Amino acid sequence: MADLTQLSAAEMRRRLDAGEVTAEELLEAHLERIRELDPILQAFVTVDEAGAREGAKRAQERIEAGEACPLTGIPVALKDNLATKGIRTTCSSKILENWVPPYSATVVQRLEMQDAVLVGKTNLDEFAMGTSTEFSAFFPTRNPWDTERVPGGSSGGSAAAVAAALVPLALGSDTGGSIRQPAALCGIVGFKPTYGRVSRYGLVAFSSSLDQIGPFARTVEDATLLFEAIFGHDPKDATTVEEPYDPARARGVDIQGLRIGCPAEMFSDQVDEVVRDTVLAARAKLEAAGAIVEDFSAPIIEHGVSTYYIIAPAEASSNLARYDGVRYGLRVPADSPNEMMKQTRAQGFGKEVKERILIGTYVLSSGYYDAFYATAHRARTLMRQELRKAFEKYDLILSPTSPTVAFRLGEKSSDPIALKLADFCTIPANVANFPAISLNCGFADGLPVGLQLMADSYRDDLLLGAARTVESILAIEPKAAPIAAHG
Amino acid sequence: MAISREELLKLAELARLNLSDQEIDAIQSDLNRVLEHFERLKELELADVPLTPHSVDATNVWREDIPYENGLTREEALENAPEVRAGLFLVPSIIE
Repeated sequence: MADLTQLSAAEMRRRLDAGEVTAEELLEAHLERIRELDPILQAFVTVDEAGAREGAKRAQERIEAGEACPLTGIPVALKDNLATKGIRTTCSSKILENWVPPYSATVVQRLEMQDAVLVGKTNLDEFAMGTSTEFSAFFPTRNPWDTERVPGGSSGGSAAAVAAALVPLALGSDTGGSIRQPAALCGIVGFKPTYGRVSRYGLVAFSSSLDQIGPFARTVEDATLLFEAIFGHDPKDATTVEEPYDPARARGVDIQGLRIGCPAEMFSDQVDEVVRDTVLAARAKLEAAGAIVEDFSAPIIEHGVSTYYIIAPAEASSNLARYDGVRYGLRVPADSPNEMMKQTRAQGFGKEVKERILIGTYVLSSGYYDAFYATAHRARTLMRQELRKAFEKYDLILSPTSPTVAFRLGEKSSDPIALKLADFCTIPANVANFPAISLNCGFADGLPVGLQLMADSYRDDLLLGAARTVESILAIEPKAAPIAAHG
Repeated sequence: MAISREELLKLAELARLNLSDQEIDAIQSDLNRVLEHFERLKELELADVPLTPHSVDATNVWREDIPYENGLTREEALENAPEVRAGLFLVPSIIE
């Protein structure tokens, strides 16, 4: 049975519809693998076996009635910052450790409408703030390619779960790279759609002008299936848009004549040589296949990290003000409301979250607002202007996703600044609002290397189609990671 | 532009966060390193550049002022509350 877990979601769909396997059998194969491997990987905060079994039963009835949707009966995991009615949603934080949402996120409802089988909730850096999943208040998640290494973050649980074939599909959220970077470090596909494509209703807010939900999968085709199940306008999120999307284009675009730009700032000496070499080798294969690849320079990219680490903490400090011990979440009893709030937040939040709240409080305080917050929003405008100029010349921007392969647990968590500086390839897509995808382009020292493609706003279909074409040219067999202890 | 210990304590008060002495030292050092990095934005010519506080161009997206049919009941809204009395959220007394 275990080999069922190695299939793509598209192949699972075919076998389910052909009656070669039932949704229940498919689920049990995955639950068995979770029971076997998750004690090592710790990708899940909550596994909802009972709920998943009910879901699989409903899915099977629907398949037998001939009413299957693309994801009916396919197991899916959810990052634990997506609200699930009746299922604990923790954000991997002590402050929400026992929160059971009375409603579900729009993306969860849309998966339920298709009778996708929701298996459980995956680990993250607390409130999605981090790039290694070591800032989870509960436990760190391990990278299935080398369990002494981090899976990346903040959606590290979802990435590890998909890479290890505990599920074929998972959702994450991406504020500065939190889908793409863990996808890169775990050797899978991670897609951040254009902001406004996917409803954020029920996504626990971190930085509301940057947060976007997106899919993890082992193939671009599977990531596309999951994206197509969740995107589209939602009256409950006023920032969602109704922009054209061509599913046929998302199935593949011609590499001949495809114009690709490589920004020098994302191939600088800040990128490890092994990563750069692997990405450049992939670039050469695309050129040989007929793509027109050019170098260009966009110096504003070097200001992305500063811009991001003003805007995101500012918005976070405001969003996280709601955790005050009054309406839900942890409360530490005290004699006055003020002291109750201060102690609740002191005990409920981890150090990284506290730091970001304080940075945000600082940059928003009177006297500093113009120097920091307004300046960051002007820099954001410049970033968008400069990169839109690039998209007049190029269909895609190609770069590494992460400047390093997966690092060892504890190696960088003691230096939060170094961790933040490593986000410079992923941040521009959030700050300037472009869709971006990471896919595996090879291995360095046995560890996966991610290649990032970025397209102009709302050209999600072109981006997915191009990624699918690139995936087939690179011809790296999509397979689940071995669960490898460090050797 | 460095943050002093006093400024940090004031920020912590504004953000309703009690900090331990150990946290104060570590966070002060981290914050100042982050602020140092922010200085680089001053290299940019930004005087005439407009702000982009939103990621979509839409403004004033309205809907009819009617509740969603599947909105929360009072019981649902209260079920995660740490303390409830008479159908209301209960907090420590505010007035002496």
